[in-house]
Amino acid sequence: MKRYFSWAVLVAGMGYFILPLVGLTEFSLSMRRGEYSFDAYAAVLADPTFRQTFSYSVVMALLTIAFGVLLVVPTAYWVRLKLPRLRPYVEFVTLLPLVIPAIVIVFGYIRMFNTSSWLPLTGSTTGTNLLLMFGYSTLSLPYMYRAVDTGLRTIDVATLTEAAQILGAGWVTILARLILPNVLVAVLSGAFVTFAIVIGEFTLAALLNRPAFGPYLQLMGANRAYEPMALAVIAFGITWACMGLIQLVTRFSKHTKAAR
Amino acid sequence: MTAIPTAPLRRRLPLNWLGIVPFALFALLFLILPTMNIVVGAFRNAAGDLTLDNIRGLFAPSIVASYWISIKISVASSLLGAAIGFAMAAAVVLGGLPNWIRSPVLTFSGVASNFAGVPLAFAFMATIGPRGLLTIWLLEKWGINLRAEGFTILSFWGLTITYVFFQIPLMILIITPALDGLKREWKEAANILGATTFQYWRLVALPILFPSILGTFALLFANAFGAVATAYALTGSSLSIVPILLFAQIRGDVLQDPHLGYALAFGMIVITGVANGLYIWLRVRSERWLK
Repeated sequence: MKRYFSWAVLVAGMGYFILPLVGLTEFSLSMRRGEYSFDAYAAVLADPTFRQTFSYSVVMALLTIAFGVLLVVPTAYWVRLKLPRLRPYVEFVTLLPLVIPAIVIVFGYIRMFNTSSWLPLTGSTTGTNLLLMFGYSTLSLPYMYRAVDTGLRTIDVATLTEAAQILGAGWVTILARLILPNVLVAVLSGAFVTFAIVIGEFTLAALLNRPAFGPYLQLMGANRAYEPMALAVIAFGITWACMGLIQLVTRFSKHTKAAR
Repeated sequence: MTAIPTAPLRRRLPLNWLGIVPFALFALLFLILPTMNIVVGAFRNAAGDLTLDNIRGLFAPSIVASYWISIKISVASSLLGAAIGFAMAAAVVLGGLPNWIRSPVLTFSGVASNFAGVPLAFAFMATIGPRGLLTIWLLEKWGINLRAEGFTILSFWGLTITYVFFQIPLMILIITPALDGLKREWKEAANILGATTFQYWRLVALPILFPSILGTFALLFANAFGAVATAYALTGSSLSIVPILLFAQIRGDVLQDPHLGYALAFGMIVITGVANGLYIWLRVRSERWLK
């Protein structure tokens, strides 16, 4: 009795999730009248703007990940090793992007880094790109920091560091060849979340006027019927792939640990 | 004699804090100062003097209406998301379902909670929009005309139903560990004392879970309140919720007063800040029991 009820709840809930995805896929396939076709996908893939905005967002995501790793791994490591008393404060700061809406943060950027400020990042294309990357790093900070910090918890940071120091390793060697490989799984799962966030992000890119995938998606949605649906299916596929990769990476690490 | 102890003392000069400087600098430049900039701007007028006029300006009827519809959508989508998410999580954790079901449900929740923004708006447009799958199916099979019934996707309910898509999975992800923390002994003890299932839930389980549920609700609320992309892609600027109004203000100063824009953003920070503060406080309370 209870089990049937549980199944009913689960199936009904899943129905709510699957229906929009079915609707989306169906719509994206029905560009040709009366039959299903991949016409919308073909149209999208042939669009040079799609290729430009998509590769722009991919490059942005990779840069954000690289910057995030360089910023978060040493910080989380250092806080664990030398400044444990600061941990709650650092953690609080990393959670702030969940409290302050992204639109408020970017509003602050536009005001603080405008052309007449002391650091006129919005004055040039490179500067705005840089600002966008910093913004994305801020948005992904909660996920990245949590992932890396959880990874660091599973290793004995102090002992490893001492051992490396006795063998004559400097800080860069310790971080790059000891700490990073040990928390690689955590870093990767943080990286995939970052990728999923950046690839479809709309607010920051739109307000900083950069040609990213998110604003392109919105623009297509306002002007076309079938193409945006195909784009949304692609975006969903990417999110799904990122989350799947996190699962895969985590499971893989569990197996290697069990084998030891 | 005095020269000897000074040498080790000098070596102990605290330089550890240097390691955190890059992070502190980044957080200051790209998170804290921009936000402070907005907050300070909300209390300044064009001449740079301190004033409360901007905050007072928030109480203009049109802006109050914006906040009100935003709050209504956030509360409704969080309530629905929390209730459905809780039911699904409870079904998976306590409902006697096979164990293998847990992992796919949690993975899917991870995906769905990240599937927000513009693509989500399109998915619902394709389903309950004017030419959506469900709209047409209801019309052709059952003769129900959603539009004639007064439903459009560009409305309170349209937006709420769409937001629920990322609210439910978030609830599932956060509440599952709390449900795991319910000890079997509590249920057994209640049964031995003659409690019915209903009494167990009302007097034992729900009071223990209550801070978690309420705290997650606050988090969901903040999550919905700050969302821009979904609403913008769905409604353009036809439904004037606060994030959309702010978006339009940043793009083209629709309020004709930049400082009123800062006040608008400040209001958002206050609301999401209070909601998140509530979440953290209740979480600390709930962890007392669920260790």
